Amino acid sequence: MFCDRCGLPAADGDHMACAAARALEPPRFCPECRRRMKVQVVPTGWTATCVEHGLRTG
Amino acid sequence: MSDILDRARARVLDEGSGLAEADILEILRLPDEALPELLQLAHDVRMKWCGPEVEVEGIVSLKTGGCPEDCHFCSQSGLFASPVRSVWLDIPSLVEAAKQTAATGASEFCIVAAVRGPDKRLMEQMRAGVAAIREAVDIQVAASLGMLSQEQVDDLVDMGVHRYNHNLETCRSYFPNVVTTHSWEERWETLRMVRESGMEVCCGGILGLGETVEQRAEFAAQLAELDPHEVPLNFLNPRPGTPLGDRPVVDGKDALRAIAAFRLAMPKTILRYAGGREITLGDLGTRDGLLGGINAVIVGNYLTTLGRPATADLELLADLKMPVKSLSATF
Repeated sequence: MFCDRCGLPAADGDHMACAAARALEPPRFCPECRRRMKVQVVPTGWTATCVEHGLRTG
Repeated sequence: MSDILDRARARVLDEGSGLAEADILEILRLPDEALPELLQLAHDVRMKWCGPEVEVEGIVSLKTGGCPEDCHFCSQSGLFASPVRSVWLDIPSLVEAAKQTAATGASEFCIVAAVRGPDKRLMEQMRAGVAAIREAVDIQVAASLGMLSQEQVDDLVDMGVHRYNHNLETCRSYFPNVVTTHSWEERWETLRMVRESGMEVCCGGILGLGETVEQRAEFAAQLAELDPHEVPLNFLNPRPGTPLGDRPVVDGKDALRAIAAFRLAMPKTILRYAGGREITLGDLGTRDGLLGGINAVIVGNYLTTLGRPATADLELLADLKMPVKSLSATF
């Protein structure tokens, strides 16, 4: 599994800063394969699409 | 009371004239102890010359990422190792975003694209998008598509776009440190054409790019010379992978001083909270800015980052007894 903000392995290092930043950011990396996702932010939410693992919303 | 606040009260509050660059610099150099009095003066100026209404706007990215320009703060430049990928918003999703914005009570909806300037495909997408929004939603449509040709300015007027955003970003003397792929003067030329077209001019920038306090004063004076209808004020939100990704965020008190200074430079403009306020000012600082010169907000999310929920800002405005500017008041 990977950090969805920085794309590095979630088990390696401390991702507390990433987690804090994610409060005001959509995910950028697929947590399953670390591919960069296509992200669309709209006024009330976001969608993030991984070509392999599909759509996430928030 | 300090001399500069005395002078500002006489010139800006009483006469409605903005401060000159040297006086703006004095404002930016005021000590922390003077901040409450400064914010109160900026608030008095805003209330006298603009009124209590707050203009609410939503923004959306029509074309994200892959920009050929090198604006050092921007995660959408294709020249940096940013995680932001290129993506286009389809027309039904654009209309839905406009509906969501209108549902907050907002009177403005700004369509933004990360480009040097629009190409034929983007202009066609804009024409279709603006028409679809005007058909389905009662809201004013603004646009921000980079540098324009005269023909494109005329096309946007024809579409019914009522306001055009093109930020100068920072002062003329510091701009080459932030952008090297085009000049400050090229941006100014687009703004000149927009003004002459009859569209409202929206032009602001970002504080915290590494500019000095003198350059902040220079920027406020240059914006005042432009005399835009609206000034969106951003605070740098350092983005991973960009050249400014490691810069510190602006100190909260410096941000509030800047808000008041920009208000005293431009007493009659719409001064809008834009990106970065959440990390620079937090909830308490956001309130202080609204009581220190700000009279407009972007609600909800930004282009690539997230904002506070619109309901949080609307509740704050209600608490401050600041009515949301109605759509009818914008005509």
